[in-house]
Amino acid sequence: MSEQNNRGLQPVPSAGRLRWLRERRRTRWAVQSLRFVLLAGFFILWELAARRGWIDAFIFSSPCRIWQTLFSLAGSGDLWLHTGTSVLETVAGFTLGTLTGILIATLLWWSPFLARVLDPYLVVLNSLPKTALGPIFIVWMGAGAGSIIAMTLAISIVVTILDMHHGFGSTDPEKIRLMRTLGADRMQIFLKLVLPANFTTMVNALKVNVGLSWVGVIMGEFLVSKAGLGYLIVYGSQVFQMDLVMTTVLILAAAAALMYQCILWLEKALKKYMGVTI
Amino acid sequence: MIVKLNHVCLTYQAPDGEIEALRDLSFGIAEGEFVSLVGPSGCGKSTLLSIIAGIERPSSGTVLLDGEDILSPSPRIGYMPQKDQLFPWRTIWGNVLLGPELRRQNSPARRDHVRGLLERYGLAEFAGKTPDQLSGGMRQRCALIRTMALDPDLLLLDEPFSALDYQTRLAVSADIYGIIRSEHKTALLVTHDISEAISLSDRIVVLSRRPGRIKAVHTLDSLRGLPPMERRDHDDFRLYFNDLWKELDLNV
Repeated sequence: MSEQNNRGLQPVPSAGRLRWLRERRRTRWAVQSLRFVLLAGFFILWELAARRGWIDAFIFSSPCRIWQTLFSLAGSGDLWLHTGTSVLETVAGFTLGTLTGILIATLLWWSPFLARVLDPYLVVLNSLPKTALGPIFIVWMGAGAGSIIAMTLAISIVVTILDMHHGFGSTDPEKIRLMRTLGADRMQIFLKLVLPANFTTMVNALKVNVGLSWVGVIMGEFLVSKAGLGYLIVYGSQVFQMDLVMTTVLILAAAAALMYQCILWLEKALKKYMGVTI
Repeated sequence: MIVKLNHVCLTYQAPDGEIEALRDLSFGIAEGEFVSLVGPSGCGKSTLLSIIAGIERPSSGTVLLDGEDILSPSPRIGYMPQKDQLFPWRTIWGNVLLGPELRRQNSPARRDHVRGLLERYGLAEFAGKTPDQLSGGMRQRCALIRTMALDPDLLLLDEPFSALDYQTRLAVSADIYGIIRSEHKTALLVTHDISEAISLSDRIVVLSRRPGRIKAVHTLDSLRGLPPMERRDHDDFRLYFNDLWKELDLNV
C-alpha cells in the first residue's frame, strides 16, 4: 500500500526519468517567462505608443504617468486611505455575506418545509440585479460605509445560500443512513457529516464571494462615499484625470488578486488543520 | 431467537399511489446464526434492514430484539452499509470510533476495545492513515470494525461487497466471514448474489418480487461450518445454487 505513495522516489533516476524531469522544468520555465514577457511587452508598447503620439496620453495615460501618480498618492497618504477603506469594506461585506449565507443555508437544510416555502423568493432574488437595490440602501442607511457593506451583502448572500443549500442537500444519503443507524441526531448529522462533506462547496463559495464582494464595494463607492478605490475612479473620471483612474484600476487588480490568494492560503490551512486532503 | 419478525408489512405513500413494499414477513434469527436474504432487486431487502436497524417503522407487525420492540436504533445492532462509506476527512481511527463518538461512549475502555479489534485484524499500523491510502479489502475491514465498535450482538450487512470486483469480493467476503465467526456475532446479510449467500450462510431466506414475501427458506445443513472457499468447491454447492436460481425466477 505505502509504496504507491512514494511516487517516483527512486534512488537512482533512469535516463528516461531525467529527460522527463528536464522537459518538465523547461516547460515550466517557458510558461513563467512568457507570462512575464506578455506583461512587460504590454507596458512597453503602451509607453511607446504614448511617447510616439500614437495614442493620446491624456486620455489613455501611460505606465510612466501611472508610476508618478502612484508615488504622489503614496506620498500624500491617500493611497493607504483609499485602499484601506475599500479593503475593509470588502472584508466586512465578504465575511458578513458568507457567514449569514451559510447560516441561512443551514436553516433551510434543517427545515425542508421552510426551504420549499422560500424557494421561489430565492430564485427571484437570485435573478434580480442587486445593484438596483443600491439607491434604496442609500436612502435607508445614509451615504456611507453602511450602504456599501449592505450592497456587498446583498450581492453575495443569495448565491451563497443557494450554493451551500444545494451542497448540503447532495450529501450522500447512504452516509446519512449510516449515521442514523449509529444513533446520530440531526445536529450530529449536520456537524459530523454534512458540514465536513461540503468543505469544497464552502471553499468555492468563499472564492466566488471574494469577487462578488469587490463588485459590491466598487458599485457602492461609485454611488456614494468620500473615500475608497471606487470613489477615486469616479472622481478621476469626472475631473478627467485618467492617470488617477488607470492607477486606481491597477491597485484594485492587485488588491483583489491578493485577497483571492489569501483565500487559497486559508483553504490550505483549513485542509491541514483537518488533517486530510478532500 | 435474538431477533423475531412477526407479520411485518410496509406500505408507503408516493405521489402516484400506495406502494406495498413488504407483505407479512415472519422469521427469526437465532444467536450465532448467519442468515442471508436474497431476492430480485427492488424487493424491499434493504428496506427490511432499515426496519430492523430501527430507522424505519413497519406499517404493521412487530420486530423484536430479545423480546423487546425495536423502536429506535439500538447499539446492540450494528449496520454495515453498501460500499464502506468511510469518511475521507477522518483517519481510520476517527472512522472506527464514529459510533462511540455519536453515542457519547468514547471511554478509554471503549477505545481499548476498538484498538484491540484493529490489532487483531491487522489494521493497527494504519490507524493514522486516511481511507484513500487503504486497499478496498482493508477499507471493508475498517467498515466492519466501525460496525463492531459498540460491540453489537447482531450485524446487518447491506450488500457490503457489491462495489468490489469479482476476485476481491471472494477474498473480502471470506475475510469478513472469518472475523464475524471469530467474534461470535449473529449476522443478517442482504445480497442479490446467490453464490455469495450460499458460501456464507447457515440459512437463506428467499424474497419474492415486490411486494416482498417469503418465498422459501433453505437451511444449508451439509455446508454448515465450512469456510466460504471450501463451500464453493463442495458437491452440494451447485444443487443449492440451482434451487435458488429457479426460485429467484429472474425474467431477463
